[in-house]
Amino acid sequence: MKFGVIIFPGSNCDHDALYALTHNLGQQAAEIWHESEELGDVDAVFVPGGFSYGDYLRCGAIARFSPVIRSLRRFADSGGLVIGVCNGFQILCEAGLLDGALIRNQDLRFVCRTVDLVPGTLDSAFTSACQPDRPLRIPIAHGEGCFFADKATLDRIEAEDRVAFRYSGNNPNGSSRDIAGVLSEGRNVLGMMPHPERACDSAVGSTDGTAVFRSMIAAAGKSLRHAG
Amino acid sequence: MQAEVDERTAAEHGLTAEEYRRITDRIGRVPTLTELGILSVMWSEHCSYKSSRLHLKKLPTRGERILVGPGENAGIVDIGGGWAAAFKIESHNHPSYIEPFQGAATGVGGILRDIFTMGARPVAVLDALRFGPPDDPENGAANRRIIRGVVEGIAHYGNCIGVPTIGGECSFDPCFSANPLVNVFALGVFRQDSIFLGSAKGLGNPVIYVGAKTGRDGIQGASMASAEFDEDSEAKRPNVQVGDPFLEKLLLEACLEAMRTGAILGIQDMGAAGLTCSTAEMGGRGGVGIEIELDRVPQRESGMTPYEIMLSESQERMLLVAERGREGEVLAVFRKWGLDAVEIGTVTSDRLLRVKHGGSVVAELDTGFLSDDAPLYDRPHSEPRRTAPLDGPVLSEPSAADLLAGIEALLASPELNSKRWIWEQYDHQVRTNTTSGPGADAAVIRIKEASVSLAMSLDGNSRYCALDPRLGTQLIVAECCRNLATVGATPIAATNNLNFGNPEKPEIMAQLVESIEGMAEACRHFGTPITGGNVSLYNETLGEGIDPAPVLGIVGMLEHMAAPIGTCFTHAGDLVVLLGGLLPDCQGDELPRRFGSSQYAKTLLGQTWGLPPTLNLEHEAGVHEATRSIVRQNLAHSAHDVGSGGLAVALAECCFGPEPIGATIAFDTNQPLLCAMFHECPSRVLLSLPRANIGEVVAIAASLHVPLVELGHTGGSTLTFGLNSTTRMEAPVARLRRIWESSFEASLEAQ
Repeated sequence: MKFGVIIFPGSNCDHDALYALTHNLGQQAAEIWHESEELGDVDAVFVPGGFSYGDYLRCGAIARFSPVIRSLRRFADSGGLVIGVCNGFQILCEAGLLDGALIRNQDLRFVCRTVDLVPGTLDSAFTSACQPDRPLRIPIAHGEGCFFADKATLDRIEAEDRVAFRYSGNNPNGSSRDIAGVLSEGRNVLGMMPHPERACDSAVGSTDGTAVFRSMIAAAGKSLRHAG
Repeated sequence: MQAEVDERTAAEHGLTAEEYRRITDRIGRVPTLTELGILSVMWSEHCSYKSSRLHLKKLPTRGERILVGPGENAGIVDIGGGWAAAFKIESHNHPSYIEPFQGAATGVGGILRDIFTMGARPVAVLDALRFGPPDDPENGAANRRIIRGVVEGIAHYGNCIGVPTIGGECSFDPCFSANPLVNVFALGVFRQDSIFLGSAKGLGNPVIYVGAKTGRDGIQGASMASAEFDEDSEAKRPNVQVGDPFLEKLLLEACLEAMRTGAILGIQDMGAAGLTCSTAEMGGRGGVGIEIELDRVPQRESGMTPYEIMLSESQERMLLVAERGREGEVLAVFRKWGLDAVEIGTVTSDRLLRVKHGGSVVAELDTGFLSDDAPLYDRPHSEPRRTAPLDGPVLSEPSAADLLAGIEALLASPELNSKRWIWEQYDHQVRTNTTSGPGADAAVIRIKEASVSLAMSLDGNSRYCALDPRLGTQLIVAECCRNLATVGATPIAATNNLNFGNPEKPEIMAQLVESIEGMAEACRHFGTPITGGNVSLYNETLGEGIDPAPVLGIVGMLEHMAAPIGTCFTHAGDLVVLLGGLLPDCQGDELPRRFGSSQYAKTLLGQTWGLPPTLNLEHEAGVHEATRSIVRQNLAHSAHDVGSGGLAVALAECCFGPEPIGATIAFDTNQPLLCAMFHECPSRVLLSLPRANIGEVVAIAASLHVPLVELGHTGGSTLTFGLNSTTRMEAPVARLRRIWESSFEASLEAQ
């Protein structure tokens, strides 16, 4: 499977994603510069963390206007798999590919620690390899990761089974209903604050993050077989 | 432009009458105001090391792994396989007092530029912080504001640029209330054949300015950092630079990419004294002249004078020399990253720094005169300043309740409580290399490119150095190397940050000299040459100097990429062993005097006295060797250095793993119990290991003549002590841990 990793000026988890996808998961991965009009021949797109364009104005607010986002929207609209992590999640929300917004952490401080996540659904291309009763240990590192949406939107997200992950135990940032990751209406776009790409290698902690990518690989394999 | 320059103007720039005479003698005329500004920063303590240079020469700087030693932007060591690591520590003390957030943030930015200027990609940051106590009855509120600001500033810059902050240390004393210390260490990795130096060469080659526009911020920052604080220091706020980590991230990526074109011949960041220092030093190192045209310098505001442009310390700027004819390739890379890159001058043959503005020459000075001929002082030094008495109160024999109260008070003290509140604000995991992060004895990252790991330890101890700067500094070097040994690493090189008061006072100068000499001896002993560093003097406010606070950053190597063992107990039923012996340094009545330097004396008895613990360098090295050997053979489950707070605190800390595990400890001693529990004699490492391994561990210790004491075993939910079969004490681990974990945040929230 071939992933494309978008690089904005200020992205800083791009290297980590490329390394995890190629070295830990044995997949192909290509860099996509933010000024590209085309995504290339990729099966899925990874929007990495960092501080795109300095996060001036508001996290992800400037990145949404970059040329690559136009092609990303076309890709998502046609059913392509897109995962946005941390700043990537913020960008996908700003671009309107996902519901809700990410605001300042409740205690106003940046927080970096490993948290427990429980899958909100196994019925998605990003969570099918998770186990319902076993939390994933995955790091977070953000200052603006409090997921926020109005009650109607939250109710709708839950009614449509679009909560991908919830924080288990301590909610580290005040996110509404403990939501750590959400799916788009088409279920092919995932945004999550925790960093699965940081949890793919036992030398640096957990390998629980591979469940997200293994789910994507399985989903891509199915759609390829279907097309073939 | 030709404002009157005389001795008085020179004095306002911090130059002495003698220094001013030296200038007029040498150039044969009265300097222009711009020239005076240039000379004043180049000859400031911060840039010229005029008080310390003579003594810094005593430090060892050579070793088989040293590729580049002191004098460049950072030291460089060989880490094998054709790879190298560049590292250095730098202070941003004065700016961090005046404006904590920006002062600390730009401290991170500055040291990162020193690293990538050489072509290395920064992969780790550590910081050594010293503040006034957050619970200080007099200055608590101000101290808390500084602590919050500094931590937020470091987090802001490091997190944004994507370099993990993986460790460091944080210490408190009232002497730092009006003079906090912010020392930032950074390390980067690159190929040995891609090292870039800050040297200009090739007549006619273009001198290119890259990065942020020049503004009026930070003018005379280097001079500010070379003076004491007084009531007017608040007015110096405009002297503090403002940082933009996003711009620096672009600069980092663009510089590394531009270097790969092969068209860059020399490059230097604009740090202290900005354009002045970078042009003078690049010309001086290359033995050439540099001519620049200030009208071409990108400027943030209009109407800036040559004086202001030359002395601005605006952040995120670099100066480079490219090969004539290939400058287009370099400029194209910076354009791709959306950065200003402008040719502002050329390399000349006359060894002169010539500065033009509006068509006329506003400064013309010999580059060698500016850097190499800076004044060098052999300042008088007497006995080191010392305010503490030699002898302290008579120590009464403690009850079990006293001992327990002591442990709890120490675990709650700002000095020893958990700093999770600080390091959770730093992204310590980005780049997915951190195999041992904050909170451990040593930070470790794997270097994927070279299939090795690098361990780093940052340490200082002003409590010891105030009592004996020579021994205190040796103890710091020993502790750094011991920390590295606990993860199995061999120390290879060091960097130092010398934070002291006013060197013009003989008793302060003596502290500096003693400290450097102690450092030299210890670094020679442990095979850790000093590859560079930073000297921060004049850390005084209203005539009151800080305690001497040298900080060491030592780098060690591991020949694998696996995560090392941690400091905490991991298995119930393991043996608890103390490598190095119970109180190896205690003879006769020395002990009560040495105990006066302990954290126990300071926290529980409210005073310090006497001398630091004794250190036997041979014995210490043996403990390191034994520890490394045991750790490398995977014989232990955990290894923890016994440091501040002594054995009792170290044992408690071992219980605070992710899955807390208690221990049952028993020993007999003929020394005072207080000392056995809380004295801080060095050369000791606590190990936990499976019973089956004890034979091998004992054999390793014996072969290196290192004493070893079996203290007990792990397990249960309490930390239990049985001492001399008479004193028994039991502390629930959960309670100790709660005290340790919550005290720091609670002290920051105090009103």
